[in-house]
Amino acid sequence: MSSVAQKKGFGATLWDWLTTVDHKKIGILYFLGGGFFFVLGGIEALLIRWQLYKPNNDLVSAGLYNDLITMHGTTMIFLAAMPILFGFMNAIVPLQIGARDVAFPFINSLGFWMFFFGGLFLNISWIYGEVPDAGWTSYASLSLASPGHGIDFYAIGLQIAGGGTLMAGINFLVTIINMRAPGMTYMRMPLFTWTTFVASAMILFAFPPLTVGLFFLTFDRMFGGNFFHHAMGGNTIIWEHIFWIFGHPEVYILILPAFGIFSEIFSTFSRKRLFGYPSMVFATVLIGFLGFMVWAHHMFTVGLGPTANAIFAVATMAIAVPTGVKIFNWLLTMWGGSIKVTTPMLYALGFIPSFVMGGVTGVMQGAAPLDYQLHDSYFIVAHFHYVIVGGVVLAILAATHYWWPKMFGTMLHEGLGKVTFVFFFIGFHMTFLIQHWLGFWGMPRRVWTYMNDQGWDMANLISTIGALLMAVGVIVLVINVIITSVKNVKVSNDPWGDGRTLEWAIESPPVFYNFPTTPLVRGLDTVWIEKMEGNEAGYTAAEPVKDIHMPNGSIIPLLMSFGLFIAGFGAMFRTETSWGLPVLIIGLAWTFVCMAARSLQDDTGYYIKKEELLRDMKRKGGQA
Amino acid sequence: MAEIEVYKRTPAEQALLKKRAKQSMKGQVMMFSLMIFLTLVSFSMVVAFQNDVAGFSKYFIVPMLMLFAAVQVGLQLYYFMHMSEKGHGIPQMFMFTGAMLGFLIPLTFVTIVWW
Ligand code: HEM
Ligand SMILES: [Cu+2]
Repeated sequence: MSSVAQKKGFGATLWDWLTTVDHKKIGILYFLGGGFFFVLGGIEALLIRWQLYKPNNDLVSAGLYNDLITMHGTTMIFLAAMPILFGFMNAIVPLQIGARDVAFPFINSLGFWMFFFGGLFLNISWIYGEVPDAGWTSYASLSLASPGHGIDFYAIGLQIAGGGTLMAGINFLVTIINMRAPGMTYMRMPLFTWTTFVASAMILFAFPPLTVGLFFLTFDRMFGGNFFHHAMGGNTIIWEHIFWIFGHPEVYILILPAFGIFSEIFSTFSRKRLFGYPSMVFATVLIGFLGFMVWAHHMFTVGLGPTANAIFAVATMAIAVPTGVKIFNWLLTMWGGSIKVTTPMLYALGFIPSFVMGGVTGVMQGAAPLDYQLHDSYFIVAHFHYVIVGGVVLAILAATHYWWPKMFGTMLHEGLGKVTFVFFFIGFHMTFLIQHWLGFWGMPRRVWTYMNDQGWDMANLISTIGALLMAVGVIVLVINVIITSVKNVKVSNDPWGDGRTLEWAIESPPVFYNFPTTPLVRGLDTVWIEKMEGNEAGYTAAEPVKDIHMPNGSIIPLLMSFGLFIAGFGAMFRTETSWGLPVLIIGLAWTFVCMAARSLQDDTGYYIKKEELLRDMKRKGGQA
Repeated sequence: MAEIEVYKRTPAEQALLKKRAKQSMKGQVMMFSLMIFLTLVSFSMVVAFQNDVAGFSKYFIVPMLMLFAAVQVGLQLYYFMHMSEKGHGIPQMFMFTGAMLGFLIPLTFVTIVWW
């Protein structure tokens, strides 16, 4: 393979993307896949809000409404927010630690394809016409009673996608532990790398419970199991525990990378070192740890008893402490900085008050007696949208603008970016602020319609208008992306001019081997240090130019995931059709054949020759 | 990554490595004997209990067996799986975190779900 740009046909390009193990391309695949599901989940949200904008509306039936809320929540968490964050992690983390690739390029690509096929499987339920309808939490007493194949799509689709997530997490852990450039000690890692590290560790411990829970659900629904059937000696509450043992860490898996993104943005555009870096790292680790100790705060009203409720209430409130530490550190990073209000910075500024409000309502819900009032009301809906939209989604939008040049080599239009922000931010608060009061006024969560004149009509209308404003913001963003891609004006290494971390030391987008020579890291914000010392190249090499070893692409991850996808249909139709069981077996066998093929194949990768690297460097006008 | 490098050790290095290897071998053999000894003691205790030897009650033997088992796991991990050597900090941290969660979560289950 040559690094010199060549024109390739459509087929060759497609093949290149399907077989890629390059972390930057997998990052883009995650970003596009997650972006697609984000739009899908957004359309579902708009339908929900359209149904609720006036009392006694009949846009959708009660059953379809349940389908919509279930698929909206599941899609947004598992198929939109997490994959888009993985996209940024893939694209940026190896660059930030000065690596040429991730530790397990093959597993990385397998993780993406399992997410893709799992998401596809889940959404085929819409085409098949039987859709999951027990909420994204899929409590067993509901999900076991749900007729049709809806919940089967949920259990199997999430099993496949969840496997992919686990692989992605393991890959990032090993990458960050083993592939850091010389001098990149743990306490010099940029905050986005740190949060990726902790989030990956949380994935490692949180996803196996989900896997187990989903297997139990699959057995109960499709193979005659009785794990959750109370009449058969099972226990329906266990699902709730298992789900939340996974579920609460999951919300921190989402928010920690968002914290990392904002930490980078605050320090870049305040043009100042992140305030209290060690305490930021410590807070991240502590949040990751405490995140496993609080799951039962989702179950205060289940009847665990006052002792259990009290313990979990105290543990829950403890999490607010490290979170508060972070908020103050961000404020103090800006304090005295020379602030430049770019689009990403605008999102960061909007994030602080929004997320604080979500955190405060979280602590309120953490007080168990109060939660008896709040639980299952619109207050809960307001809380988690304040943390997820006000935290995670704002971070995703900020990172889209911030790292777009590094991922795609062009700069999104700043003016349009700010327009997106204004629409989205106003729409967001308009949609969800009023829902706190809807909760106080007694509107229950997950109802498909309501009677008029209970004092809820106006609030619901306002909320729906807010949702439309958010949609306008996203449409402006899409237009921005299209305009930018058509114009295709290439940018330099450090288009913001204030880059501090290693990704800004190399061109946008980077060559496929990232760094011609491994960089030497001399401190936190290593590129900033080099720039201050007048080093135009952006980094100091740790070694002379020499041959680089790279992995070969492979189609096997796609084929392997496809086998699981097929097997899923077999499991689902096993009892009612004659082809079910054979298809289940063939699908699994296919996956095992792919695994064997991978194990037996002797693929040691290839080398990029030193001469080629020197030629590349000369072409770019850099020094060797 | 598969970079192949040929590197010749100096005699001093060679001697040092040899000494270290010898020491580690000594440690391994000692720990192995200790483990065999612990296993022997465990079995003897059970046999003694079955033959009603005075002093070997159930309430003494069960905790002792648990203790011996814990020691054996530790020896296994630290000596035979080389966790005592340098560069194993991170795996240790992950293992202990996992073990702690694996202990705490079932503990909550027995106290608040199934009590
Ligand atoms: C200060 C930190 C936080 C505290 C104290 C907190 C507390 C709580 C509590 C007690 C509940 C359960 C309320 C109920 O159902 O009655 C809850 C629900 C929820 N929280 Fe938080 N939370 C915090 C931060 C977050 C973050 C950062 C996220 C996500 C990024 C998040 C996402 C959610 C979600 C999705 C739910 C609803 C789950 C459902 O029932 O579907 N929370 N939170
Ligand atoms: Cu929670």
